[in-house]
Amino acid sequence: MAVAFDEMNIPGGDLRPAYQELARWLKETPPEALEYRRQEAELLFRRIGITFAVYGEAESTERLIPFDVIPRIMSGKEWALLEKGLKQRVRALNMFLRDIYHGREILRAEVVPDDLIFQNPVFRPEMNGQQVPHDVYVHIAGIDIVRVDAEDFIVLEDNARTPSGVSYMLENREIMMRLFPDLFARHKVAPVERYPDELLAALRSVAPQSASGEPTVALLTPGVYNSAYYEHSFLADKLGIELVEGRDLIVKNNEVFMRTTEGVKRVDVIYRRVDDDFLDPLTFRPDSVLGVPGLMSAYAAGNITLANAVGTGIADDKAIYSYMPDIVKFYLGEEPILKNVPTWRCREPKDLAYVLDNLGELVVKEVHGSGGYGMLIGPAATKATIEAFREKLKREPEGFIAQPTLALSTCPTCTASGLAPRHVDLRPFVLTGSKSTTIVPGGLTRVALKEGSLVVNSSQGGGTKDTWILDE
Amino acid sequence: MLSRTAENLYWLARYVERAEYLARTIDATLRVTALPAAYIGKTNEWDSALLTAGVAASFYQTYEEANEHNVVEYLSFSPNNPSSIRNCIEAARLNSRSVRTALTSEMWDTINSAWIELQAVWSKGTSTREDLAKFLRFVQETSLRFDGSAYRTMLRNDAYWFSRMGVHLERADNTARILDVKYHVLLPEEEHVGGPLDFYQWSSILRSVSALTAYHWVYRETLKPWLIADLLILNDTLPRSLASCYGNLVRNLDQIGVAYGRQGPAQRHARGIRNRLEHSNMNDIFQHGVHEFIQEFIADNSRLGEIITKQYLI
Repeated sequence: MAVAFDEMNIPGGDLRPAYQELARWLKETPPEALEYRRQEAELLFRRIGITFAVYGEAESTERLIPFDVIPRIMSGKEWALLEKGLKQRVRALNMFLRDIYHGREILRAEVVPDDLIFQNPVFRPEMNGQQVPHDVYVHIAGIDIVRVDAEDFIVLEDNARTPSGVSYMLENREIMMRLFPDLFARHKVAPVERYPDELLAALRSVAPQSASGEPTVALLTPGVYNSAYYEHSFLADKLGIELVEGRDLIVKNNEVFMRTTEGVKRVDVIYRRVDDDFLDPLTFRPDSVLGVPGLMSAYAAGNITLANAVGTGIADDKAIYSYMPDIVKFYLGEEPILKNVPTWRCREPKDLAYVLDNLGELVVKEVHGSGGYGMLIGPAATKATIEAFREKLKREPEGFIAQPTLALSTCPTCTASGLAPRHVDLRPFVLTGSKSTTIVPGGLTRVALKEGSLVVNSSQGGGTKDTWILDE
Repeated sequence: MLSRTAENLYWLARYVERAEYLARTIDATLRVTALPAAYIGKTNEWDSALLTAGVAASFYQTYEEANEHNVVEYLSFSPNNPSSIRNCIEAARLNSRSVRTALTSEMWDTINSAWIELQAVWSKGTSTREDLAKFLRFVQETSLRFDGSAYRTMLRNDAYWFSRMGVHLERADNTARILDVKYHVLLPEEEHVGGPLDFYQWSSILRSVSALTAYHWVYRETLKPWLIADLLILNDTLPRSLASCYGNLVRNLDQIGVAYGRQGPAQRHARGIRNRLEHSNMNDIFQHGVHEFIQEFIADNSRLGEIITKQYLI
């Protein structure tokens, strides 16, 4: 594996410009002061109740995601490039979805194989030919980015269903500003706090035609036991919209209403944080109690906007991922600005053979997995784990893709033995409304707290950092 | 607002109020049972505590004897008692989480901090009297903080009114229950007025609704059973009296009625109860039978809860 790109230090002893002021400040600040503020940050998170639930543990288990107080800093120039690349990517994702559920030109051009779409469980035949308001499918995208050198940002994963984490972007900043006002005074950090306003504007802009002039937006949550519930309530609060559960909504004459103390009230746009499968028991899983019976017929009648649209999973599926560079070129006629991780598709015999021969060096992911579950990290795995995985892979090659282990860039991070480099990734949030695509400068930086670890997922011991884009 | 939000706010307030009332009941019972037997007679005060909490039947499914240890455990910490103080705080936190957007940060902080303290400090219950006293104070202070932050920080809109209705309905129920269990010591026929036994019983009743000092301010008299009944039932200057609770309930319901431009059965039913309280005097109530009066009230009060639920919360 290549040596990881250090975002702060240039080999030879110099500092990258974006980190110079931070380095000076760190030198002036005694370690105890840093430790004290770290504890204070943890206390704040607990008091505010910024917790997530870990599945598989008792229902009442609420955990904090560890927060690292050392910010991750990027220059304005680096961000500008990234922003351009993200907008391009999300535009392509939306065009791809529109095409897949309508004309399917990309399949006829044989850029993407048919069976990857039609035999894919996340493809939703219900969406065939269905008009979605303003042709926007992915209103909120979380694109996971890793950095491998000074110039290259690589997309690790597109999240086009119900990406989470934006509340951490906002709360991390809030807490950093409270704890380190002196550090902010020495930097020009681009603010992130307008995210909720931009999100609300985007959601309102895609209201269906039958909505009133002042469309009503609601956030649909699976409820308090969902792992991201804090984020749902946080966002509803910041947006000033109702936080609804399935049982709060009813469908009458193909319109969606919420039950209020003054009777029922029509809802026009639902920012839903419930997965497709659970949205409507009449269409999808009949055992779902989280959904709203009849929601899909109201959707088909064009009386409600769902954000994100139903069926977007087909765009962020790991099997589709490897085709993204071609997808960008196909719809936009442009070279992709953000690169993909080189990916072997185990469904293709040649690729599978290579993967089986090199399991010890590769990362193998389930095509339909998420959250870092069910993946093999070759270099970190024991022989026995690799052999067990090999059998799985042979049994069902089409369920897997493989990638080289990337040398994720590192940032200075607080550890038990002082500051040390740890691997990070970045999830910026891209908003698409009827007129424009916007990105708040920043995102959620996740950090693998264990030395040498490359897994940043919060369910697997990762932490978060505030992400600073310098406004130069 | 969402019906579910209103429902959660209403129940959140009820749970907090109930937790405080249970803490007061335990506190008052501890005081009275600390007295030599000659002062309190043969009644089992811990049994009365269970009765006023309305959980006597379920208690005896788990325990044989109503003594201090068992009752304190059951009322405070038992996971098997759905209305133990611990479960009230747990339920309050769960409700708060589901309606975070309707709570002010001060209210959330009160409930969340109480829940954190419950787990960090009180997860094993209490082992000494001193600990127990601390715990009971913690519960009462949580309720005061919650009430105070609601009063000081909430917008005066339907969210506030539903929350207040929860407080007053629960409070009325609690005051009525204590009267229901203790009415026999308030009956004027028992002519040994002023005996030490009654004195401690009476002060215990007043203490459990935090009205001992208030009594002296209002009546400037030694403790007399009919005055105690008058204070708890009819005196609308005492925040925990039935009359005061209903004055507030009628006001909150009217505010909602005005805001929504519509009155309904809840408004009518509450006004009916309030009018009855307004036009009663203690003489009539004693003539009619205190016990019957209270039982009727408890039924009417819980009926109001059902009507409110039907009209607004589902």
